[in-house]
Amino acid sequence: MSKTRRISYLTAAVSAIALAAAACGAPEDEDNSRGEVPEEAKDCANYEQFGSFDGETVTILGSIRDQEADEMMAAWKFFEDCTGVDIAYEGTGEFEADMKVRVDGGNAPDIALFPQPGLMSSFKDDLVPASEDVTALATEGWSEDWLNYGTIDGTLYAAPNSSNAKSFIWYSPTFFSENNYEVPTTWDDLIALSDTIAESGTTPWCAGFESGGATGWPGTDWIEDIVLRESTDTYDQWVAHEIPFNSPEIVSAFDKAGSVLLNEDYVFNGTDTISATAFQEAGWPILDGDCAFYRMASFYGAMWPEGTNVAEDGDVFAFQFPETNEGDNTMLVGGEFVAAFSDTDATEATRQYLASEVYHNARLQTGPWSTAHQGVDPNNATTPINVLATEILTNPDVTVRFDGSDLMPGEVGASSFWTGIVQWVDGDKDSQQVADDIEASWPQ
Amino acid sequence: MEISALIDRFGLLAIGLVAFAVILMALYGLAELASRRDRSRAVAFVFLAPAVLFLAVGLVYPAVRTVVMSFFNKDGSEFVGFDNYAWAVSDPDALQILLNTALWIVIVPMVSTALGLVYAVLIDGRRGERVYKALVFLPMGISFVGASIIWKFMYQYKGSGEQIGLLNQVMIWFGAEPVNWLNEHPGNNFLLMVVLVWIEVGFSTVVLSAALKGVPTEIVEAARIDGAKPSEIFWHVTVPSIRSAIVVVAVTVFIATLKLFDIVRAMTQGHHGTDVLAHNMVEQAFRLYNDGRGATMAVVLFLLVVPVVIYQVRNMRRQEQEAR
Amino acid sequence: MSTDVQTPEPVARIGETRGQRLRRVLSSRAASVVALVIAALWTIPTFGLFVSSFRPEDDIRTSGWWNFFADPGSFTLETYNYVLYSDSQGGGLIVNLVNTVVITIIGVVVPVAFAAMAAYALSWIEFRGRNLLYVGIFALQVVPLQMALIPLLAFFSKGLHIGDFTIMPAWQLDGVNTIVQVWVAHSIFGLPLAIFLLHNFMRELPGDVMEAARIDGASHSQIFRKVVLPLVTPALASIGIFQFLWVWNDFLVGRTFAPGEATRPLTAVLGDMAGTWGFGWTRLPAAGFIAIIVPLVVFLLLQRYFVRGLLAGSVKG
Repeated sequence: MSKTRRISYLTAAVSAIALAAAACGAPEDEDNSRGEVPEEAKDCANYEQFGSFDGETVTILGSIRDQEADEMMAAWKFFEDCTGVDIAYEGTGEFEADMKVRVDGGNAPDIALFPQPGLMSSFKDDLVPASEDVTALATEGWSEDWLNYGTIDGTLYAAPNSSNAKSFIWYSPTFFSENNYEVPTTWDDLIALSDTIAESGTTPWCAGFESGGATGWPGTDWIEDIVLRESTDTYDQWVAHEIPFNSPEIVSAFDKAGSVLLNEDYVFNGTDTISATAFQEAGWPILDGDCAFYRMASFYGAMWPEGTNVAEDGDVFAFQFPETNEGDNTMLVGGEFVAAFSDTDATEATRQYLASEVYHNARLQTGPWSTAHQGVDPNNATTPINVLATEILTNPDVTVRFDGSDLMPGEVGASSFWTGIVQWVDGDKDSQQVADDIEASWPQ
Repeated sequence: MEISALIDRFGLLAIGLVAFAVILMALYGLAELASRRDRSRAVAFVFLAPAVLFLAVGLVYPAVRTVVMSFFNKDGSEFVGFDNYAWAVSDPDALQILLNTALWIVIVPMVSTALGLVYAVLIDGRRGERVYKALVFLPMGISFVGASIIWKFMYQYKGSGEQIGLLNQVMIWFGAEPVNWLNEHPGNNFLLMVVLVWIEVGFSTVVLSAALKGVPTEIVEAARIDGAKPSEIFWHVTVPSIRSAIVVVAVTVFIATLKLFDIVRAMTQGHHGTDVLAHNMVEQAFRLYNDGRGATMAVVLFLLVVPVVIYQVRNMRRQEQEAR
Repeated sequence: MSTDVQTPEPVARIGETRGQRLRRVLSSRAASVVALVIAALWTIPTFGLFVSSFRPEDDIRTSGWWNFFADPGSFTLETYNYVLYSDSQGGGLIVNLVNTVVITIIGVVVPVAFAAMAAYALSWIEFRGRNLLYVGIFALQVVPLQMALIPLLAFFSKGLHIGDFTIMPAWQLDGVNTIVQVWVAHSIFGLPLAIFLLHNFMRELPGDVMEAARIDGASHSQIFRKVVLPLVTPALASIGIFQFLWVWNDFLVGRTFAPGEATRPLTAVLGDMAGTWGFGWTRLPAAGFIAIIVPLVVFLLLQRYFVRGLLAGSVKG
């Protein structure tokens, strides 16, 4: 036997043992975050309206994966059991590419969960508009702001699935009460408090924009939050490219963000570490009292280290990004839209179900989640932060705007805006230069 | 996993194998019939039909479609002439991509071949040669995706706390500051190339090492007795006698480099100035939904390989003449 | 490799002075060091992944794999257990592993068989346009696979029509059966290289053997089966290994033609996990190693065939 052979047999043997040992038992899922699914969601009587099917398959493609997908399917299970529809869900990390290939290749899924309304509208020709029933359910369930994002050329195509609130600043309630700080409600208060904290010897802000190939996106949310709070009209015009990206309002929004992000006295570890700090872990220093604020969406509640108490009176919690103009109440949001490529009865039933109150209420309890569906009880959400997010999202007085970078063309929203933010926060380019660059990259 | 899932899959496999066997037998039967009547064209037809049919559907038609698409706009609704090509040679981002690609296709084949050659010479006849070879050969068996995972862990950077990437740990051991490697342009390009070189050196070593064994020992001995230094022997005897093997290695690595997209996708997604042709083609066509530009990138890629194809054709002609 | 000649080093060579010998021994030492360094550099990355795959997830997140040796007690198979058998997302890869096996077997056998037939016709049957056809097939090697995805998928899902006339109806496969599409796609994409290599190999076969067989009255198909195939077995093996590596390691074809999590091959799932460096990345080492180990073993066991076929086939010119 040659040496190579011996080595490879050895490797094979070792790995066989490893696999065999691993086979000893399937792991048990530990999951404490689930609430009790409401009785009404388990009662098949509530699903009769959707009809009855004999094991017909509805394929759904979405960008939701891992545990979140498990939790979503747990909510669907009642619908499947009661109606006989068999939902085949596929979560992909390459949603845009997979959609393009499948739709152009004539193999579109029955339903797609679009995380970006802009992306959805590029498939307009292949989409099936919302039926009367779906439209009725959607109108009942969502505010006009939301329905606008599911509408293409005046026709409603899709109702939202999940919704998440992005204008949040994370902080430590304990740290605040120890120092008698109050949660700021205006931008000026926020800056004043930041100064106070800085003077007390703590760097007020944590920030991290690193996210692999998507590095920079947390910075785009900063700019969007600020523009939105200057004026919703400006925000809408900016996102639709009715005003250029380098118009003065936008450049000054960059400068305003810079008063925090480019301020050496404000940023933990120094501003030059922002673009290299992973956003998932960037807020963690709050727990050690190294910084006081971290701007990140509500889903960050699931990213704290194990054992962190995320609650209004706990280790960390979040408050709404402060307003610039008195009396405003705005929220930057994200979410998925349920669009269909097929008009079979089973698909239609599934669409109706996904737009129904019964689904949204049940889903709130199968795992950390938030929704903008008017009919739900926010207290059904499994974590305090999702209760807060759902409260804000279902409050008709809150003006919501979808994450702008998701609405801009991919060349900007998923490319030059990200790179621009990185160059800006690294200090390589100033606000004007970056805005000029991004404007130049806007497809004609 | 459930037994039914296993039965489904292996049942499908069994059906597939049986069906394929039936097809093969039918083809042989047809070929036999044609042979009896001594119609060599008919025989050639039967032998070639499956391959040609497959290629026509799966590659020829898509290639033609791609060329056509490159003259149309984003969604194929409007003829734009050479606009996309003008974009490819004038847009700063596109130029960066071309520059990166040029670096890749020069550096990767050169370094892979050279390193492979040096290593093959170093281990030639050494005790444990096979183990040496196997160790370097190992990455060849690893997918691009697997390799990217491995190297992402190597380059991993953390803004604070303990480093978990080996490269940054080494920096710390030497008293330097950790670096966010993949974000540092232009150095990140070379770090991505390292991954491909890491994969290809094994291939180059094994092929060249086998070629080295074919160099007649008498020539080397004769040169040695004539008093030639080892370096002279290497350059004037060894390299010329394995020239053709070197060319094959370089060309193979060249084509692999040009088509490379997985490593860039998994490691930087083309950000921070690391985009290359094949990756941008996919980016344009499948993420930005710009069919015209995606197709244009594909055609540029195709054009870059034309010289190699011409070289191969001339090679074939020459061999045919020699054979006569 | 059986051709290896193990020269015991260093032995005195005839006509060598002591100084020359010393220099040779020294440079041999230097060469040893360099070779060792290269071998180590090439092995460390994979080794690191291997070590990582046995560490608890929290350790992977917070410290480098080299710390494992300071605390070997943290060894765990939990991650393997999860990725292979868990019912949750990001787990249960055992199904995908089976998919990969099913895909790979036919994905290798079919293109190699068809390529062998085509290569025989291209090298030993006289017909007009033979060289042109061969060059065309060679050039197809460089058609980027990605550009073929949409047309091919449309071919499967819409069929082939000219006007109202249906040449081929849509395949309408679903579930596990979509693997058939993956077989066909892999067969197509593997053909150009296989034909190229086999053609080179077959042309080298001695013409008089063919001639003798023909004079004995053998037909083309008989010559192919009884004379050529046995002679090109090493090449078939080497191309088979090439195709095996390619199919096993493929990420794009599998995910495109076998959509659905239950039918995707292993590497496609892995590619998804690696593409977004978000949650669950600590499971990557274990998942990655499962995908790596099979081709590695196959490759190491069969590498001599691989090299032999490659050399005979392409190293010339």
